[in-house]
Amino acid sequence: MDVAPNWYLALSAVLFTIGTFGVLFRRNAIVVLMSVELMLNAVNLTLVTFSQSMGDPSGQLLVFFSIAVAAAEAAVGLAIVIAIFRSKVTVDITEINLFKH
Amino acid sequence: MFFLLATVAVAAALGMLIARNPVSSALWLVLNLFCIAGLYLTLNASFIGVIQILVYAGAIMVLFLFVIMLLNLSALPGLEEIEWSSVGGFAVGLALLSQLLYVVALQFELGMDPVGAEAAAEVGSAASLGEILFTRYALHLQVAGILLLAATVGAVLLAQRRFQ
Repeated sequence: MDVAPNWYLALSAVLFTIGTFGVLFRRNAIVVLMSVELMLNAVNLTLVTFSQSMGDPSGQLLVFFSIAVAAAEAAVGLAIVIAIFRSKVTVDITEINLFKH
Repeated sequence: MFFLLATVAVAAALGMLIARNPVSSALWLVLNLFCIAGLYLTLNASFIGVIQILVYAGAIMVLFLFVIMLLNLSALPGLEEIEWSSVGGFAVGLALLSQLLYVVALQFELGMDPVGAEAAAEVGSAASLGEILFTRYALHLQVAGILLLAATVGAVLLAQRRFQ
């Protein structure tokens, strides 16, 4: 590794913050789910950086399981989006207020 | 190499944040995921880099694009006027970024000396990760398999349901 680990951690922080902005600002539910994936990726980058600089493979196995859980989360989240779209014909998260009534 | 990939990754993430059309958002995210896979390769983590391309850029993003195509979405209108909740969200995000960068910039002592590139490549190889995955983490692997099965069944059931 030719670059100090701190650069990877700083990049991970920037990507996580961009993902947070996506969750807070975007109104499309699918784009919000994609922003969550971006945040998961930023955390995975931190884990791999520490794992490789300490020579401990456990961190990379945690990333492996994290990718599996992210796949499950994307499948269930998109299924919920499809179910809501079929009844309300929108994916605008300001229009989805099923718990309000 | 790191700075090239990092710049493209941040630019692609910003493109995902700004793009109006969800399809272009998804394509920017695919570029971002490829850049992160390249960063894993610069860290000598070859196994995780390949898994990142196969699972994230290959499977998950195809699922996202498939759902976008299925729903036939038009671009949503943006925010017309400045809302106070948006300003609050912006302040929260900036506070988060400054806090994270401050912690990194402190050059905190981790009490570790980084291992060399050869040792790191040996740790990140598929052989060493596979050996520990099927011995020490065998139970976790089976639990992950059950979780994926449950998520698949749940996704099919949820996609059939119609909310009132």
